[in-house]
Amino acid sequence: MDKTINITLKIWRQRGPKEKGAFETYKLDGISVDSSFLEMLDILNEKLINEGKEPVVFDHDCREGICGMCSLYINGHPHGPDEGITTCQLHMRRFKDGETIIVEPWRSAGFPVIRDLMVDRHAFDKIMQAGGYVSINTGGVPDANAIPISKADADEAMDSASCIGCGACVAACKNGSAMLFVSAKVSQLALLPQGKIERARRAKAMVAKMDELGFGNCTNTGACEIECPKNVSISNIARLNREFLKAKLQD
Amino acid sequence: MTKIDSKIPEGPLAEKWSNYKNHQKLVNPANKRRLDIIVVGTGLAGASAAASLGELGFNVLNFCIQDSPRRAHSIAAQGGINAAKNYQNDGDSVYRLFYDTIKGGDYRAREANVYRLAEVSNSIIDQCVAQGVPFAREYGGLLDNRSFGGAQVSRTFYAKGQTGQQLLLGAYSALSRQVKKGTVKLYTRHEMLDVVIIDGRARGIIARNLITGKVERYSAHAVVIATGGYGNTFFLSTNAMGSNGSVAMQCFRKGAYFANPCMAQIHPTCIPVHGEFQSKLTLMSESLRNDGRIWTPKKKEDAEAIRAGKLKPTDIKEEDRDYYLERRYPAFGNLVPRDVASRAAKERCDAGYGVGSTGLAVYLDFSDAINRLGKDAVAARYGNLFQMYEKIVDDNPYETPMMIYPAIHYTMGGIWVDYELQTSIPGLFAIGEANFSDHGANRLGASALMQGLADGYFVLPYTIQNYLSDQIRVPRFSTDLPEFVEAEKGVNDKIKKLMSIKGKKSVDSIHKQLGLIMWDFVGMARTKEGLETALTKILEIKKEFWSNVRIPGNAEDLNTELEKALRLSDFIEIGELMARDALDREESCGGHFREEYQTPEGEALRRDDLFSYVSCWKYEGEDKAPELLKEPLDYEFIVRQQRNYKS
Amino acid sequence: MWLINSSIGRKLIMSLSGLFLILFLTLHMVMNFVAVFSLEGYDAVCEFMGTNILIQIMVPVLAAGFVIHIVYAIILTLRNQKARGNDKYASSSKTNIPWASKNMLVLGIIVLGVLCFHLTDFWAKMQLVEWQGGHSALGSTLITTVFQNPIVVAVYVIWVIALWFHLTHGFWSAFQTIGWDGRTWYPRLKAIGNIYATIIAVGFITVAVYFFFV
Repeated sequence: MDKTINITLKIWRQRGPKEKGAFETYKLDGISVDSSFLEMLDILNEKLINEGKEPVVFDHDCREGICGMCSLYINGHPHGPDEGITTCQLHMRRFKDGETIIVEPWRSAGFPVIRDLMVDRHAFDKIMQAGGYVSINTGGVPDANAIPISKADADEAMDSASCIGCGACVAACKNGSAMLFVSAKVSQLALLPQGKIERARRAKAMVAKMDELGFGNCTNTGACEIECPKNVSISNIARLNREFLKAKLQD
Repeated sequence: MTKIDSKIPEGPLAEKWSNYKNHQKLVNPANKRRLDIIVVGTGLAGASAAASLGELGFNVLNFCIQDSPRRAHSIAAQGGINAAKNYQNDGDSVYRLFYDTIKGGDYRAREANVYRLAEVSNSIIDQCVAQGVPFAREYGGLLDNRSFGGAQVSRTFYAKGQTGQQLLLGAYSALSRQVKKGTVKLYTRHEMLDVVIIDGRARGIIARNLITGKVERYSAHAVVIATGGYGNTFFLSTNAMGSNGSVAMQCFRKGAYFANPCMAQIHPTCIPVHGEFQSKLTLMSESLRNDGRIWTPKKKEDAEAIRAGKLKPTDIKEEDRDYYLERRYPAFGNLVPRDVASRAAKERCDAGYGVGSTGLAVYLDFSDAINRLGKDAVAARYGNLFQMYEKIVDDNPYETPMMIYPAIHYTMGGIWVDYELQTSIPGLFAIGEANFSDHGANRLGASALMQGLADGYFVLPYTIQNYLSDQIRVPRFSTDLPEFVEAEKGVNDKIKKLMSIKGKKSVDSIHKQLGLIMWDFVGMARTKEGLETALTKILEIKKEFWSNVRIPGNAEDLNTELEKALRLSDFIEIGELMARDALDREESCGGHFREEYQTPEGEALRRDDLFSYVSCWKYEGEDKAPELLKEPLDYEFIVRQQRNYKS
Repeated sequence: MWLINSSIGRKLIMSLSGLFLILFLTLHMVMNFVAVFSLEGYDAVCEFMGTNILIQIMVPVLAAGFVIHIVYAIILTLRNQKARGNDKYASSSKTNIPWASKNMLVLGIIVLGVLCFHLTDFWAKMQLVEWQGGHSALGSTLITTVFQNPIVVAVYVIWVIALWFHLTHGFWSAFQTIGWDGRTWYPRLKAIGNIYATIIAVGFITVAVYFFFV
C-alpha cells in the first residue's frame, strides 16, 4: 500500500509575464505512489515554505478533473502522461523511482504566463462571450419536452459539451490553435434545435474572435484530441469548418 | 430580544409565491440602468443571478476568485437536478417534491421557501433545455430521469455524470452573453474581503485582486452573496481547494445572522481517506446508489481478514454479506437520504465491520447490476465515475466492489435570509449554498443544483426589485466615502498583521489540524463533551495560527499562501461557530447527530418541542460569544413525524 | 475577405489547392503508367499533352495551384509559429501524432525541391520546348534514358516517399478542412487517404524502377 518513490523535479519558475523564466531543480524523497501529482506539488510547497522560500504557483481547484483549472505540461504532455484525465487526477504511480519530471506551464501566445506555472486563459472567456450561447433570456421558454431531440444528437452534443476549457488543446497544438475548444461549443449548440437558429452567426463570431486573439491555424495534426482530458473528438473541428464555411457561403 | 421577521407572505401555501409576485414592487426599465448590483460568486446561483439581472437591465458587477466564471465549484456536481415535472407518470407533483424536501431536511426548513423551490423547479429544466443543456434523453427524444435518495419517484434530470458542469456552462453562457452586451462586468481572480455598510445598508465590497495583490473598492446599490458553503472548514471535504466561507463570515461580522452553522452534510459515497498527504476527498455520485448495493462482511473475522489483505471482497460469499441499508431500511434500501446512509456506514465501521486497510470503508457493489443489465449498460450510466475511481484508487470497479466512506460535502447552514433572500442587513442578499434557506437539517441529492438555479434565475430577480424600487433616487456611491476607507483599512490591517507573524507553520498544516478536530468532534456523531473539547481545541488553533503562521512573499503581489491564510482565519471562526451551534442544539436531526439523542434503534431523535427553530447567530464583537436568536419554525401545512425510511 | 482573413478561410485555400494538386498527381501517375505497357501509347499521351489547347490553359492554372499552395503553407506556418509563442517547451512533445502531420512543411519542401529537378529533367525538355517553338524530345526516349541513372532513380524514390507521407496527412486533412468529416467518415477518410497515397507512390516508383531495369 505505502510504496514510495524518489523523484527529481525540474519546474519552470517565472515571476511575471514580462520576466524571464528558468527551470529550478528540486528533489523529493519518499513520495507515496498513491498521492496525486498536485498533492506531490503540495508536499514540495510545504517543504519550500518551511525553508522560507516562495511556493511554486500553479492553478488548481476542484481536484476531481472537472473545473478545468489545473494545467501543467508534464514530461512532454499536457496534463501528464496518463490518458483521458487532468493533472489533478494524475497519480504518482505513473512515475518510476528516480525519474526526472519536467513541469512547464502551458506555452502559447494566447496564454501568457502569470507566475510560474499559472497562465492567463481569459482568451477562452472572450471567445465564449463572442457567441458561445443561445440568445434567450430567463423565463418565457417552452416546456422542456416541447421539442424532442434524438438520443443520438443529444448524446453527441453531450460529448462535445464535456469540454472543461482547460486549454490542453492549445498547449498540445504545435500551431497554438484553439479550434478544438471553439469547435466543441459550436458543435454542441449546432447539434441541438435550440442552438441551430443562430448557428451561422455563432460560428462566424467565435472564429473571428479566436483569430483576433492570436490563436494559430489548425493543421489537423490531432494532437489536441489525443491530449484532451475529456476526449473531445476532432470531428467537432470538421463540424466547425462546415458550419463556418456554410455560414460564409450564405453571406 | 431582536425579533426575527422572515417575511413569509400571507395565504395558502400554494399561493404564497404568486401572491408575493402579484404585490411586490418592481423597478421600471429606465431606472434599472441606474442601479448597480454586485454579485459575488459565479457558481450556479451567482452566474444565473448575474445573467438574469443583467438581462433585466441592471448594471451588474460579478466577482469570482477563479480565472473564469466557468470554474466555480458547482461544476463538480455529478448526479442531477430535481424537478417536479412528473414526466415519468410516477405520481410526482410540486407538493410531493416539497414534502420530500421538507421531510428529507428533517423538518428544519421553512415551509414557504421549500414550496416555492418546488414550484419553480420545473421552470429551471425548461430554461436549461432552452439554453442548450444536453440532458440525457430517451430514444423517443424526450428527457430521461433517474432516482435519487429520499424519493420514491424518478424526478432527477441529468447529463451523464456531469450535470453540474452542464448546468453551470448553461448559466455561464447566459452570463457571457450579458458580458458581451455590457450589462455585466466580470472581475475574475478577485476575492471579496469585506462588505461595506453605509447607513445600515450594504453598499459595496472590498476585494483583493489576486494577481496584483491590490485591495480595491467597489460600490453598488445592493450586494448579492453567492459564494457557496464552508465545508472546507474540515480541510478534507469534497469541496474545491478554493471553496471557502470567508464571505459569510465577513457578512456575519457586519451584522448578518449566521443560521444553523452546525448543519453540515456528510455524503455517504466518497473515496475513503488514504494518506496524510491527501488534499481532498472525491465524491462518487449518489446516482451510483441506484444500481450499486452497499455492504460489509457479516462476520467480523472476514472484515479483519480483508483489512489485513488476506481476503478479497469477491471471496466473500453472498450469504456472508450484510447489505445493511437494505436490511435496516427495506422501503428505501440503498436510496435512503444521505445523512442516514452516512451514519449507517459509520455504525458498521465503528462496530468493527469496516473494510479497506484503515477499516474506514464499506463496499459499493455493482456485480448485481452488471449481471442484470450487462457491463455495457452499467458503463453507459456510470462509465466516467468508474474511470475516475480507477484513476484514483487503481482498482477496477467492474471487477471488484468500490470502497466508499462518508465525507463532508455540503453545508445546509449559512447566511440567514428571509423569504426575499435578503439577510438581516438591508441590501445584502445571499443565494445558493451560501444561504441557509431550503434544506433544513439535511439536503436531498440533486437539490443543491435546483436551489442554486431557483434562487438565481427565478427568485432573486424578483425579490431584489422589491428592495431596489425605493433606491432609484439614490445616486451611485463614491468609493471615497469614509465607510469605504475604513473597510479597506480594516482589510489592510488584517493582511499586515498576518504578514507580520512570520511564524514557523504553513497555512495548510494548521488547516489540517483544524480539520481533524472538526471531523473528530463536530463530524458525523457529536456529543456534549466532544463539542466542548472542540471549542477549547479550536481556540488553541486560533492562537497557534495568529502567532505561528508563516506566509512567504509580499502582500501586494500574487500570494497564494496569503489567500489561504485569510480563508483559514475565517474557517477557524466558522469551526467555533459550528461547534457552538451543535452544542446548543440538543437533539439529533438530519446532518446533525448528537449521540445523546437517538432512538433505541439508533435513529436520529428530533425534539420538536424544544428545537423547532432556526438558530441565528449574531455577532457581538471579537472575542465575545455571539448571541443566539431563534426563528421559530411553525409548520402550518405539514404534520411533523419521525422520518421513516423503513416502510 | 474571409478567405484571406480568417483561419478557416486560409485553411480552405490550402485544402482546395491541395485537392487540385492531388487530382493532377493522379492524372500524371496514370499517364506515366501508360509507358510501362506501351511506349508508343506514352508518346501519344505526351503528344496530346504538348498540343491540346485545354491542357495548355490548365498548365498555368496548375502552376498557380502550386504557388498558392506553397505561399499559403508559408503564411500559415509563420502565423502558427507566432501563435505558439516565444517560449518553447523544454520537454519536447510526446504526443503520439502521425509523423507526417507535424512535418508537412518539410515534406512539402522536399517534394518541391525534387520537383524543380524533375521539371528540368522532363518538363523543360518536353512541354517547355514546344512552347518555345522547338520540337520536344520524344517522351519514350526521355523516360527510358533518364531512369537509367541510378542516382536519378534514388532521388526520385525519395521524392515519392516524401510525397507519400505528405499525402497520408494531406488527403484526409483536406476533407477535414472542408468539413467533410464526422465520426463515421473520420476513420474512412483516413483509410482512403492512406490507400490513395500508396497507389500514387507505388505507381510512380514502379515506372521509375521499371525503366531502370529495362
